[in-house]
Amino acid sequence: MISASHLTKRYPGGYEAVKEVSFDIEAGDMVFITGHSGAGKTTLVKLIAAIERPTSGSLIVNGQNLAALRRSAIPYLRRHFGLVFQDQKLLFDRSVLANVLLHLQIVGQPPKEAVRRARAALDKVGLLERERANPIALSGGEQQRLAIARAVVNRPTVLLADEPTGNLDTESASAILDIFASFHQVGVTVLISTHDPHWIRNYQPKVLQLDHGRLV
Amino acid sequence: MMHSWLFQHRVAVSSAVRRLWGAPLNTLLSLLVIGIALTLPAAGYLLIENLRVFSARASGTQQISIFLEREAGRKGVAEIESRLQSANPGRWRFVPREEALKRLQESTGMAEVVASLPRNPLPDAFVVEPAEGSPEVLEALRQSFTAWPQVAHVQLDSAWVRRFDALLRLGKLAVTLLALVFGAGLVAITFNTIRLQVVSHAAEIEVARLIGATNAFVRRPFYYFGALQGALGGVLAALLVGLGFKLLDAPIAELAALYGGKFALAGPGALDVLLLAVIGAGLGWLGAQLSVSLSLRQLNG
Repeated sequence: MISASHLTKRYPGGYEAVKEVSFDIEAGDMVFITGHSGAGKTTLVKLIAAIERPTSGSLIVNGQNLAALRRSAIPYLRRHFGLVFQDQKLLFDRSVLANVLLHLQIVGQPPKEAVRRARAALDKVGLLERERANPIALSGGEQQRLAIARAVVNRPTVLLADEPTGNLDTESASAILDIFASFHQVGVTVLISTHDPHWIRNYQPKVLQLDHGRLV
Repeated sequence: MMHSWLFQHRVAVSSAVRRLWGAPLNTLLSLLVIGIALTLPAAGYLLIENLRVFSARASGTQQISIFLEREAGRKGVAEIESRLQSANPGRWRFVPREEALKRLQESTGMAEVVASLPRNPLPDAFVVEPAEGSPEVLEALRQSFTAWPQVAHVQLDSAWVRRFDALLRLGKLAVTLLALVFGAGLVAITFNTIRLQVVSHAAEIEVARLIGATNAFVRRPFYYFGALQGALGGVLAALLVGLGFKLLDAPIAELAALYGGKFALAGPGALDVLLLAVIGAGLGWLGAQLSVSLSLRQLNG
């Protein structure tokens, strides 16, 4: 499903965030990308999500080589992903429900079906009763759950999360990771980057450990 | 697939309406600026149209006098009469030289002068009232009559119409230039409004792109916003022109009555309102397109 070979990302100025990384992730895997701050976890997530382009090497996602992917094809590739970020990237000018609906509007889902699916996604993360609230009124944990609802609403094949528990207390973080684990159990490929290795014990995932951009 | 596309457009339209509705003061001010920018060329255009109609109506009473050679005789008169019948340029009548002289005698102060003449110096003539009164048609008829045999002189009594027509053409050119300038102004206004919109929706654009929005999806609401704003500005311009014409109508009619004529200003009709809305929408769309391209490029760094 995701295959990297000698993947390198060098930023302007010469800094290499990811160096000669190779790995294979199968459909249905749950993978933790770990490493210290600055190890290259976020860059690797961005490369997989086609937010960044590889400098060299190959990265094949769903059979498409991202190094050679046309710019216009990137949105369609991203529709197969559910992306969750540490800072959630929620929109505070609209309701919880509208935040989730955005994903379905982008793919042109009929309004009634979109609302039904958005509510189902909110129900999965326990936020259905807050559908009319503004995201600003939610706690950090709830905001992250909302971000997950938005990520999963279009039934992605890959759930990709960059430090989703970074700003949360232990209890909320555990709840969030449990939600990811529940999606993994139903066959979704889950990739989570985290600098906190103690979560690995709880979920028995595959681990990609990065150190200064290299896989160790 | 088609349904998805339609739903995406529906989302874009409702998003554009929400953005317009969401900042009523900004919307109102933008509409006023666009409305005023379109009002001037629209008013100029309608005024010229009114004057054109007036000119056409006035030139409907235009006459072309065909003076025959003095020695044309009855045969010459019959020849011209026959040619007029086949050319059928409009209404016409024959003025014999005797009748012309009699009319001249009846003119104030001319009786003695005419009496002193040894013989009638006036020729037979035909007076033609053309069915079509446009300067181009009148000139074509004049040239045609001039080429006929036995015709000494053709008098086209429409110099003022031609001058008026030239003036109207000049006015049309001025209005066109004005429309270009104000049209560019409308594009600039929309450009600026949309630029601010893009900046204020930067977060939404970023999120939408991250979760799979195409460029078209991101751009569409701004295009609809520009077009909608332009169209509403166009309708406002039509209302302003209509109101202005309504206010001017009575004084102009009074002025025309003082000169013994009739003149009523015709305000914008339904088609004019539609045309203004379409022009406004088109220019708004253009401004939005230019602005979104530049702003998104800047946003992407």
